[in-house]
Amino acid sequence: MISINNVYKFYENNDKKFKALDDINLEIKENEIFGVIGLSGAGKSTLIRTINRLEEPTKGHININGENILNFNKKELRGLRKNIGMIFQSFNLLNSKTVFENIAFPLRLQKLDKEYIEKRVNELLDLVNLKDKKNTYPSQLSGGQKQRVAIARALANNPNILLCDEATSSLDPKTTKKILTLLKDIQKKLDLTIVLITHEMEVIKEICNRVAIMENGKIIELDTVTEVFTNPKTETSKSFINKSNKDLNYIKLSNLEKRKVYKLKFIGEVSKEPVISEIIKKFNIYVNILSGNIDELMSNSVGTLIVEFLGDEDDINKAKNWIKDKNIRLELIKN
Amino acid sequence: MVIFSTFFSVIIGLPLGILVVITEKNGIWEKPKLNWILETIINVSRSFPFIILMILVFPLSRIIVGSTIGTTASIVPLSVAASPFVARIIENSIKEVDKGVIESVISMGAKPIDIILKVLIPEAMPSIVLGITLTMINLVGFSAMAGAIGGGGLGDLAIRYGFYRFQTDIMMSSVILIIIIVQSIQFIGNKLSKAVNKN
Repeated sequence: MISINNVYKFYENNDKKFKALDDINLEIKENEIFGVIGLSGAGKSTLIRTINRLEEPTKGHININGENILNFNKKELRGLRKNIGMIFQSFNLLNSKTVFENIAFPLRLQKLDKEYIEKRVNELLDLVNLKDKKNTYPSQLSGGQKQRVAIARALANNPNILLCDEATSSLDPKTTKKILTLLKDIQKKLDLTIVLITHEMEVIKEICNRVAIMENGKIIELDTVTEVFTNPKTETSKSFINKSNKDLNYIKLSNLEKRKVYKLKFIGEVSKEPVISEIIKKFNIYVNILSGNIDELMSNSVGTLIVEFLGDEDDINKAKNWIKDKNIRLELIKN
Repeated sequence: MVIFSTFFSVIIGLPLGILVVITEKNGIWEKPKLNWILETIINVSRSFPFIILMILVFPLSRIIVGSTIGTTASIVPLSVAASPFVARIIENSIKEVDKGVIESVISMGAKPIDIILKVLIPEAMPSIVLGITLTMINLVGFSAMAGAIGGGGLGDLAIRYGFYRFQTDIMMSSVILIIIIVQSIQFIGNKLSKAVNKN
């Protein structure tokens, strides 16, 4: 649905060329929630802004539904933007207008008739559960409520694409969860394609189907969230994942070289089976559980266990093979 | 005199101020040359001391109102003097509007004219009202000066009777009257600004 090919963005600063986007290639499918994660300055914000051309790429192609949007003239571009909703980290509501008028704003821009606007805004207020705040001004709302107004406003024109620019980064964890749940719901209800950028792995975990990891203007890893979580390939993705399950970092082990400490990763159904008890019974070894964690991803759950095997070398190897057959990932922890 | 000159200077200054902001680099209607021309006009006209400007504008006053003396005639130099000032004040107010808000409206497909009328002006309104209040107060001061060259008004009274004829009581009462006028303008301006401020 959205395909981004060989997109570059350069900034020139005191004759120094700075590459904000460096050969970006992306294919975003219809009805998926696609996440882009990276530290600040990685280029993710520039990337999401090229999709509705708030930021003009220096070169490359961006196709939405088969049309090259970089060839659009001003009028076509305005038409495109009406089909792409966008929400922001700082909500960006009009302070001089009530909640109702904020949501009605994109509709009034198109000079639609009053009755329709009234009806549509009420529908949207229902959708984001803010009926009682209809006539209040943004300054009287909490952060979560403001973002809900912004979501309603972004959806007013029935877009098929919703861009979320760090939409939950200024909210507390509880409100973040609520907003993410709302986004998940409306995605299903309205068959939206959502592209979101964030620096929080929690957000990716919670709602994304696929994720791209960005660093220095490049996409360094791109896969399903489950795959990235169970088998991160780059240091950056590993650090993002470790940040989201902190407890694994806190265990410090001595004499690691001489011990057999493994990280086991269970994906999907197997994470609910009594694997450890089976190992103990079948292979007659001791299993010492050092740490454990289950990540509930959007499509899957991923269990992580850090265990130490004690016992006869042969038995341990047999157990390891049995584990591999069960489709559980096994990784020796070295330091 | 003050009310009319404020009115005319806002009519000229408001579009001028908005144009300066939107034609700026990275503005919503980037036009570097036009921006340079506007900047120059505003800066040059603001450099003139008011008393000189007033005399320079005499021919213009004669064309517009047919006279160079009296209250009506002094509206012309007062408006001319205050317009670039208003333009700068409006420019500052408009620049205070959150860039993110403008970006969000662009992302909805708004035209520049919609952004100006439906976003920039309403969002900057509290600040614009305070700016116009400031302009009015400045104009009270200027108009007193206009009195010195036959512009009429309270300044005329103060200088002609109070200063030239040593009637201190008349001078003092004119000054007190001016203070009262300034105070009430500020008071009303503050109230109005608060009323339109939804933050």
